[in-house]
Amino acid sequence: MTITEEQSDAAAGVTGLTARTQRTANSIFAGLSVTSASLILVVLAAVATFLLVEAWPAITDTSGELASRVEWIDPEIGESLIQIIGFLVFGTILISTIALLIATPLSIGIALFISHYAPRKLAAGLGYVIDLLAAIPSVVYGLWGAIVLLPAIQPFYNWLGTTLGWIPLFAPDPTTGVVSATGRVALSAGIVLAIMIIPIITAVTREVFLQTPRLHEEAALAMGATRWEMIRMAVFPFGRSGMIGATMLGLGRALGETMAVYMILSPGLSYSFGILQAGNHNTIASYIASQFPEANSQGVAALITMGLALFVITLLVNMLARWVVSRRAAFSGAN
Amino acid sequence: MAKRIDINNLNVYYSDFLAVEDVSLAIEPKSVTAFIGPSGCGKSTFLRTLNRMHEVIPGARVEGEVLMDGVNLYDARIDPVAVRRHVGMVFQRPNPFPTMSIAENVLAGLKLNNRRMSKVEAAEVVESSLRGANLWEEVKDRLDKPGSSLSGGQQQRLCIARAIAIKPDVLLMDEPCSALDPISTLAIEDLISELKSSYTIVIVTHNMQQAARVSDRTAFFNIAGTGKPGKLIEMNDTSTIFSTPSEKSTEDYISGRFG
Repeated sequence: MTITEEQSDAAAGVTGLTARTQRTANSIFAGLSVTSASLILVVLAAVATFLLVEAWPAITDTSGELASRVEWIDPEIGESLIQIIGFLVFGTILISTIALLIATPLSIGIALFISHYAPRKLAAGLGYVIDLLAAIPSVVYGLWGAIVLLPAIQPFYNWLGTTLGWIPLFAPDPTTGVVSATGRVALSAGIVLAIMIIPIITAVTREVFLQTPRLHEEAALAMGATRWEMIRMAVFPFGRSGMIGATMLGLGRALGETMAVYMILSPGLSYSFGILQAGNHNTIASYIASQFPEANSQGVAALITMGLALFVITLLVNMLARWVVSRRAAFSGAN
Repeated sequence: MAKRIDINNLNVYYSDFLAVEDVSLAIEPKSVTAFIGPSGCGKSTFLRTLNRMHEVIPGARVEGEVLMDGVNLYDARIDPVAVRRHVGMVFQRPNPFPTMSIAENVLAGLKLNNRRMSKVEAAEVVESSLRGANLWEEVKDRLDKPGSSLSGGQQQRLCIARAIAIKPDVLLMDEPCSALDPISTLAIEDLISELKSSYTIVIVTHNMQQAARVSDRTAFFNIAGTGKPGKLIEMNDTSTIFSTPSEKSTEDYISGRFG
């Protein structure tokens, strides 16, 4: 503000009450943030519309005409698109669940170690290494899984199959009587996916754990809680929604992961829970990747229908997570 | 129950920094002892050495001894976790666990001892502790509501109920009223006067009127300057400290000339 302006304002008796140039900056920033926020909605709507429109011919194909022109659907043996999608949804969820079951406890353990157990220097270094893991492309994980992990872990599968084979999950192949000799099975895919999602779950839960109010930690300690009891009493309840959110982020990545699964898994279609048997499972993303290059227009429509199914699964998973988080909102500590 | 504490030549360090230097004093059982002094004089730090809570900060350590009924709390065989189960603490800001209900908050400390309690027994503890903290009448109809739904003063009394539920020998209070309004402060002060019939209470306060109102003995801490260690200047009966202190700096502080 120049001196003359100040003087005239003073003369008018409104010094300090007049609108200043900051107003412009304020409205520009407001406009920017509203635009960015709307953009997200637009993108989501665009993706949903694209999937619906492109998948429409395949969804409405009741006569089986489309199916007959897609080479990987064989109506002769009673196959239909819906049936294949069913197998793939099952495979996707099965493999992602394996990944989550392995990754979540490990990630929470790593995050706790970094946030509450490790000396500060070690914690910083470890956090950095974990973040680096997230930067490795999935194709590298796939290669590593196929070349290093599979041969290394196959003997363990043999052991699992012989000692714990009575559990349906670890049952050997009924036709050969042994578990897969290559190790290209759902469990391997799950393990590699788990390693891939550990960094993201760890990074988010670590941040949440670090946010635990010191007051609550001290309240627990002052009552005579050990460190582990303090963590159960103050850290976990406070970080509950964050841990669920982190797990969902990890699940999102696992559900959509293509390359690693494609390179590791010996594909097949079934509703089998035998995660040590090859040729029984496949995931939606990996199936789309494998069929897309050869697909004709009907094939593309059919594949996009699968994409739509994956989209719906992801939405449902997120809604479920939100519901779980909101159930005890009054006790969340946000108030 | 209520135990006496004797502190002999206690030095408190944060790594190499000497925070509190050479404190020796005695805390009588079933009485209220107040620590007063300007900000940064080490009175809170010193308070936290009485239940080994200062050890939560990496690098914190002490030299000297703290005897609770003759047992040195810093003996190598003593487990700090066990010490804290005997020396309860109430903090500056109310800190009930937000994820627990009012009743669960009261029982939190007992659950730590892995005691399996019957429902009746638990209900009794909740009632007696909340009554002990003068909160029962206000919350008895909503024990299953989150602790964070209470007002600040009620939350602080809930924290006191939580602390006395485990029947500690000593109760430490670190500026328990500094985040509260005058009415809630009065409620807590009344409570302190009642609690001293069964507990040894040590309170840190910035409020000299509060020290004068609630305490039997008062210790004045001071600091020579930034980076210097805090020291105990003098300790005496509260009435003596506030009428005829023997040190000039005590008189200056209580008459409001600094701090």
